[in-house]
Amino acid sequence: MNRIKAKLKEDKKLLSIYFTAGYPNINDTVSIIKDLEKNGVDMIEIGLPFSDPLADGPTIQDSSTQALKNGMTTEVLFNQLKDIRKTVDIPLIIMGYFNPMFQYGVEAFCKTCKEIGIDGLIIPDLPVDVYHEEYQAIFEKFGLINVFLITPQTSDERIRFIDSISNGFIYMVSSASTTGAQSGFGDEQTAYFERIAKMNLKNPQIIGFGISNNDTFTQATKYAKGAIIGSAFVKHVTNEGITSISKFVKNILK
Amino acid sequence: MNYNVNEKGYYGEFGGAFIPEMLYPNVEELRQKYLKVMAEPEFQKEFNQLLKDYVGRPSPLYFAKRLSEKYNTKIYLKREDLNHTGAHKINNTIGQILMAKRLGKTRIIAETGAGQHGVATATVCALMGMECIVYMGEIDIARQAPNVARMKMLGAKVVPALSGSRTLKDATNEAIRDWINNPVNTHYIIGSAIGPHPYPDMVTRFQAVVSDEIKWQLKEQTGNENPDYLVACIGGGSNAAGTYYHYLHNPDVKLIAVEAAGLGVDSGESAATSVLGKEGIIHGCKTLLMQTKDGQITEPYSISAGLDYPGVGPMHAHLAKTGRAEFMAITDDDAMNAGLELCKLEGIIPAIETSHALAIFEQKTFKPDDVVVVSLSGRGDKDLQNYIEYFKI
Repeated sequence: MNRIKAKLKEDKKLLSIYFTAGYPNINDTVSIIKDLEKNGVDMIEIGLPFSDPLADGPTIQDSSTQALKNGMTTEVLFNQLKDIRKTVDIPLIIMGYFNPMFQYGVEAFCKTCKEIGIDGLIIPDLPVDVYHEEYQAIFEKFGLINVFLITPQTSDERIRFIDSISNGFIYMVSSASTTGAQSGFGDEQTAYFERIAKMNLKNPQIIGFGISNNDTFTQATKYAKGAIIGSAFVKHVTNEGITSISKFVKNILK
Repeated sequence: MNYNVNEKGYYGEFGGAFIPEMLYPNVEELRQKYLKVMAEPEFQKEFNQLLKDYVGRPSPLYFAKRLSEKYNTKIYLKREDLNHTGAHKINNTIGQILMAKRLGKTRIIAETGAGQHGVATATVCALMGMECIVYMGEIDIARQAPNVARMKMLGAKVVPALSGSRTLKDATNEAIRDWINNPVNTHYIIGSAIGPHPYPDMVTRFQAVVSDEIKWQLKEQTGNENPDYLVACIGGGSNAAGTYYHYLHNPDVKLIAVEAAGLGVDSGESAATSVLGKEGIIHGCKTLLMQTKDGQITEPYSISAGLDYPGVGPMHAHLAKTGRAEFMAITDDDAMNAGLELCKLEGIIPAIETSHALAIFEQKTFKPDDVVVVSLSGRGDKDLQNYIEYFKI
């Protein structure tokens, strides 16, 4: 079974962490992944950096720019990850914008992901409709789960459509924003979380954007199967380096 | 061959709407409504009235006698530089502000390169009493200072884009991020024929007034509404789109699109997308795009802030791919000299963007009987500092 699906069946709230591959240093990728797993993180999103990350705020933008300066490319990332499954068991997702995948060739990209042991992809600027019409068959051929986003503005009808196309979990963006823009949740978000929880979707939901500490993690996972932390982790790595990852994770899961 | 957008939002293989889910409700609302709104008689009436009384349309079609003599052909200039705010950009912003009002939006954002679109947006926001935020690359803020001052005088907030190459591409990224963060009350007035469907088509339709006028003006002056050539400079391509629109399916009329070669197409400092670009995704559409082998968008260069963009509108990518339009690339030097030549021969100071289109007469020979209509897309007041420095005036 796909590792994401197996993980979603576990009877616990899931913590997923995003980091930008190639940041702060080009060769940090594997050690960050191992450290996150060792410290009890359930799932990892490996950010494939892009020059023009439209949906990201300054923290992830800056880490992407630096990663590209460090020499990160699709090829380099795949090389770094080629033996990852010898040591790492938790689900691994590649999160990136569509153009680098498109240039690599969508089929070739998916094939390499499968060979490495990547379980899924999150591609914010590949709309569900285009995926469904042009690429779904390729993803399925290689057993990859594609994860779609919903936001507080997404209509119920579209959420049902996204739920029908999804085959793992739904990435629930907590508020209308780019990454790293929010701190904490208000009534509006709680109402949205409740609304989605009541829809009884076939795919579990994992909440992202605005989760940065134990408080927000606990709040989010009251309504959803798990939560994703991105900008807060990238900030932590910027400020404290990659040797204190255990401290960051412990603070979230305490 | 169809050169207009199809029902799925594509021009051939180019176009579409490659947007994050956060933007879907906004873009979808626009997609469902834009044609209906534009077809409303009330909308048409208000749009046309403002173009006439406020913008000063129709803009003249001027037979450039001395320029024609020099190049031994018949050159007509479509004087978009005489529009209120000094360029074609206002045609689109008038249309989009009326659209925004009908969609119930109260806050307007825009990106700008040379500042002409920013000024045109700030102008219509002042006219309609709407809040206006313009994103502009830090480099462009420095090289287009007069337009920055104009936007501020008109009440707009100018926000510098500090990421990437700090030019038009990055200003567009920032505007899109603003829209993601303000999805309910905000309309994004894109200034070029780029972005997710329906933007390229909507912008083209608002700019189509240019070729609509060329048709009857040319008929009035020459007895034939069809020129042999239509020439326009092209960054994202709104001016070219409007100039071509009513002639797209008329094979008697040849189209020439003029890109910025910067220091030379192969110099590494260029914005000649049709030559250097490959199919890719930028700012919500699939089009020709300057990028690395790895799919990272590269930083273009041109002396002209308005042409300094690594992509081209999807309609133009289709025109390039099908060969419907001939694409030419003009260097900084050739553009500057052509700009100065127009000053001396016709008493018109063109925008540096427009100067690129004028420079083709040194490269391409036309027949004495050819009627060549050049879109004089903007006036050069905003570029005085660049002209002064370049020519040591």
